[in-house]
Amino acid sequence: MSGLNAFQLLNGLTFAALLFIVASGFTLIFGLLRIVNLAHGALYLLGGYLGYAAASATGSFLVGVLAAMAGVAVCGLILDRGLLRFVRGYELRQVLLTLGVAFVLNDMTLVIFGGDTYTVPTPDFLKGAVRFWGLFYPKYRLFVLALGVVVFIALWVLLNKTRLGALIRAGVDDPEIIAAMGINIRKVFLLTFMLGAALAGLGGAVGGAFLTLYPSADSEILVFSLAVVIIGGRGSLVGAAVGALIVGMLNTIGQVMFPEFAYFVIFGPMAAILAFRPLGLFGKAA
Amino acid sequence: MLEVADLHSYYGDAHVLHGASLEVKTGEVVALLGRNGMGKTTLIRSIMGLTPPDVREGSVRWKGQELRGVPSHEIAKRGIAIVPQGRRLFPSLTVTEHLTVLKKASATHGWTVAKAFEFFPRLAERRNNRGNQLSGGERQMLAVARALMIDPELILMDEPSEGLAPVMVQHLEGIILQLKQAGLGILLVEQNLYSALAVADRAYILETGRVVHQALASDIAEDPSTLTKFLGVH
Ligand SMILES: Nc1ncnc2c1ncn2[C@@H]1O[C@H](COP(=O)(O)OP(=O)(O)OP(=O)(O)O)[C@@H](O)[C@H]1O
Ligand SMILES: [Mg+2]
Repeated sequence: MSGLNAFQLLNGLTFAALLFIVASGFTLIFGLLRIVNLAHGALYLLGGYLGYAAASATGSFLVGVLAAMAGVAVCGLILDRGLLRFVRGYELRQVLLTLGVAFVLNDMTLVIFGGDTYTVPTPDFLKGAVRFWGLFYPKYRLFVLALGVVVFIALWVLLNKTRLGALIRAGVDDPEIIAAMGINIRKVFLLTFMLGAALAGLGGAVGGAFLTLYPSADSEILVFSLAVVIIGGRGSLVGAAVGALIVGMLNTIGQVMFPEFAYFVIFGPMAAILAFRPLGLFGKAA
Repeated sequence: MLEVADLHSYYGDAHVLHGASLEVKTGEVVALLGRNGMGKTTLIRSIMGLTPPDVREGSVRWKGQELRGVPSHEIAKRGIAIVPQGRRLFPSLTVTEHLTVLKKASATHGWTVAKAFEFFPRLAERRNNRGNQLSGGERQMLAVARALMIDPELILMDEPSEGLAPVMVQHLEGIILQLKQAGLGILLVEQNLYSALAVADRAYILETGRVVHQALASDIAEDPSTLTKFLGVH
């Protein structure tokens, strides 16, 4: 058993940043639409493959990321308009439906991309390492860390400082009354769903450059996202950030210090938190 | 301008409105009275297109057009606003946001945010507070201000005086009269009979989902036997 060094600590943080990007989309959809979208992991993986394909074809990482976000957002649109609208208000059916969609998406990506592993190509200026505090650390991972912070700030501003954000919050509080005030809340819901999906796509493209993409990568990220949202409390942005930090760090601690119990190190504390705060650290009763 | 005719509304199998009919003309304040559980809120929700209840028979006509089956956000856009029973503010929005979420702060027509704050100075003082940090009176002011932001021609107010201190109830009466003067129609559901009759032009009395009496508000106020007969007031 050994302690954590600075390198491992940073690995925990960068993983937390990626988890936050993915889980923020998950918590947005969960909090506003009350949908536990079990296809979120599959959307992540789809984003990864789309990002890989677009970045390889064009040679541009940025194009890959944008294609992943746009493609997965469209996928979210189809999922919501084409399928979820038929089971609105039925939580169990929504869960089962999204689980089914996850299987279908997985098989489709398996058919198209096969079982090989892929890595999204990164741009040259993010290759290599930087040196600070006497250690070499990969530039790309620092980029992911910064991106996590940027996404947090952007979402915070969107939710708290814009009219769309106020609409979303009002919709979370009381969808019936905001509709009675002349707002087509379904449209707001759809936009939110697409935004949440786009965040999964962003996570896939960005994560696919350092975690590699393979057929079952989706369930892993889904389980981690669930843990983040359960710990943080559904629908809470700050909760997702804190949850991601906790899960990211616990994951690293588990892998480094207790490799045999890596999962227990995450889900043990999660269960303990739930015992005392059933709605998560920042969760509010519906 | 609003004509409700022979409305039958249900909650599942429970038949709650049994052919309710009423009318609100342009710029009129109409009181809808009735004891607890008589179907007042059900009628308001049926007009606003909120479900449940499920409206199975009858019609709601607004400026000659049928509203049944129209989604509630569309009904609001056509000029009917609601001040729901229990206020139903948004706990995570500030006072200002309750207004700007419906109309940009920079809007210059109709009920602007600035005009609403002028009309309700108490709200202006508390503009950065959240809905759940306000007093009961302030909450009701905010619920009314929010409804005004859609520039309605008719406001459905469901028991606005509920839970308010007498002085606030008086204040509210003043506000209703001012809105009437500004040309707004108001359908006012009240348990507080004297407050409602003080501001209304006409009144309907609802009993188990039917209108059992209608009269000028002044007539009812002068002839308390109606109140005794239908509302159990002595
Ligand atoms: N969501 C619901 N589901 C089933 N029954 C309901 C529902 N809401 C109201 N009811 C029933 O419908 C009847 C009319 O209720 P409603 O709320 O319209 O009465 P009200 O006149 O507004 O009463 P109050 O003055 O107490 O607000 C009552 O018997 C009530 O129990
Ligand atoms: Mg009522």
